Amino acid sequence: MKILVPISKVPDTTSKIAFVDNNTKFSTDNVQFIMNPTDEWYALTKALELKEAQGGEVVVIHAGLADSEQVIRKALAIGADSAFRIDMDPTDAYAVSVEIANHAKTGGYDLVITGKETIDYNSFEVGGMVAELLDWNAVALVSKLDVAGGKATATRDIEGGTETVEISLPAVICATKDLAAARIPNMKGIMASRTKPLTVLAATGADKLTSIASYQTPEKAKECKYVSVDNVAELVRLLHEEAKVI
Amino acid sequence: MSVLVFVEIADGKIKKAAYEAAYYAAKTAELTGTTAEAVVLGTAGADELANLGNFGIAKIHHANDARFNTFDSKAFAKAIAEKASGADIVVLSFGPNGKLLAPRVAVRLKAGYVPGAAELPTFEGGTLKVVKNVFSGKAKAFYQVATAKKVVAVSPNSLSPVKGSGTAAVEAFAPAVSDADFGTVVKSVDKLTGHIPLTEADLVVSAGRGLKGPENWGMIEELANEMGAATACSRAVADVDWRPHHEHVGQTGFMVKPNLYIAVGISGAIQHLAGVNQSKVIVVINTDPEAPFFKAADYGIVGDAFVVVPKLIEEYKKFKAAAH
Repeated sequence: MKILVPISKVPDTTSKIAFVDNNTKFSTDNVQFIMNPTDEWYALTKALELKEAQGGEVVVIHAGLADSEQVIRKALAIGADSAFRIDMDPTDAYAVSVEIANHAKTGGYDLVITGKETIDYNSFEVGGMVAELLDWNAVALVSKLDVAGGKATATRDIEGGTETVEISLPAVICATKDLAAARIPNMKGIMASRTKPLTVLAATGADKLTSIASYQTPEKAKECKYVSVDNVAELVRLLHEEAKVI
Repeated sequence: MSVLVFVEIADGKIKKAAYEAAYYAAKTAELTGTTAEAVVLGTAGADELANLGNFGIAKIHHANDARFNTFDSKAFAKAIAEKASGADIVVLSFGPNGKLLAPRVAVRLKAGYVPGAAELPTFEGGTLKVVKNVFSGKAKAFYQVATAKKVVAVSPNSLSPVKGSGTAAVEAFAPAVSDADFGTVVKSVDKLTGHIPLTEADLVVSAGRGLKGPENWGMIEELANEMGAATACSRAVADVDWRPHHEHVGQTGFMVKPNLYIAVGISGAIQHLAGVNQSKVIVVINTDPEAPFFKAADYGIVGDAFVVVPKLIEEYKKFKAAAH
């Protein structure tokens, strides 16, 4: 089984979120970049679990510039066999998805496994777009996945529960929590990652369909209003009369 | 610019999030000087669909076709894109189905797509800007779409649709989809009966390690029951199986945005806050006055959960009794 895992690079959760150039650009000053958590913890590790159980190959693909190498090497250290970097500034999901789909079309893949939305733009776009560009079946928010006999059985989140579905391969799966157990790269993996193939692909220059005109940060931090433990009735009153939420 | 909204139904009923999408579509149509129409896929009664008229929808295109009663992203995208060929703005909801469906629709239409709109768009000088939360709610971004056709998915629990009065004509729609387009076979559905879905809840009562053990959740459930709230928990608690993973709220669990989020015995790690900081009002109950969660709270009580929660249940009961 050949599996493609698109990975994204995002600011670490603890990064200070600030904007420059009159609030039109995210400030990367002192920002530490990491692999998007659900790409790493669930999509990549599920791909590795499938490969270990059934044989095959796990390939990661990333749209980004040369400074993404560290994130890609980490995916190789965790266990991916090889990697591709599409040389582009990934500012639009459609442009990124076109490049990933172009690669997937010629790669002979059975599965594309993505994470869920990235923790920066929270957009959840690439999985669905790649599926449509390839005209493949897809299931999103998958917390359990079995693959056998050319079919995938996937359990996905729905409102207020889960649903288990079966689809034929090739397919796109978008992972969510619990799909696999996260792994920490070991020394052997880190050593091996240095020599695993990382191929840089030129971008075909697909159209960028969206852009961000500006950002806005909340005007001021919330002021917490404290209520005494001896006066819980006051909390109920405030929630009803002041906040008007009950 | 005409607006088309995909209104999701479940068991013949319009989903709560779909009313929000319809409302967003109607308001966007108003803003851009046009009308909003809806497309509905699957079995539903005319009476139920007529409700959309009260939210500003002028016409409903209904594919009363049982094949659409279970979700298939490919077939749904094909049908919606077919109906959207004459629309300039296509609106969906950013729920479990929409997250996969909306990008597929956008690709079919080669339309720029903005996922997760959190408030109504702006329209100035002929330019539509879609407002969305980014960095897990730490900032807002104003998106511009370069294509004439635009697709927007609306975050559930972001808008409060105002019910007006209006009528919507229902027209039959027979999308050109074949049985082969439906590639998804549903094997089983596991609904949490008797629970309010977390992502749709207006009120959420959440608890964490401060509760000391799974046996102490009775009072949390009682409070939630009294209030008609959903229950939730922190990652630490889901990871040790005190609570099921479908209750885990946070960056890697569910992102929620209820009107009221009550956090009991949760310190407020940044990953947890990322999942809740779009809530309208946050109440924090914690023994530790230094708990970081208080910085994100609107109201706080520094005190022992085992003292505060029973009091809160009692006071809420009094409030409810007085209100009736």
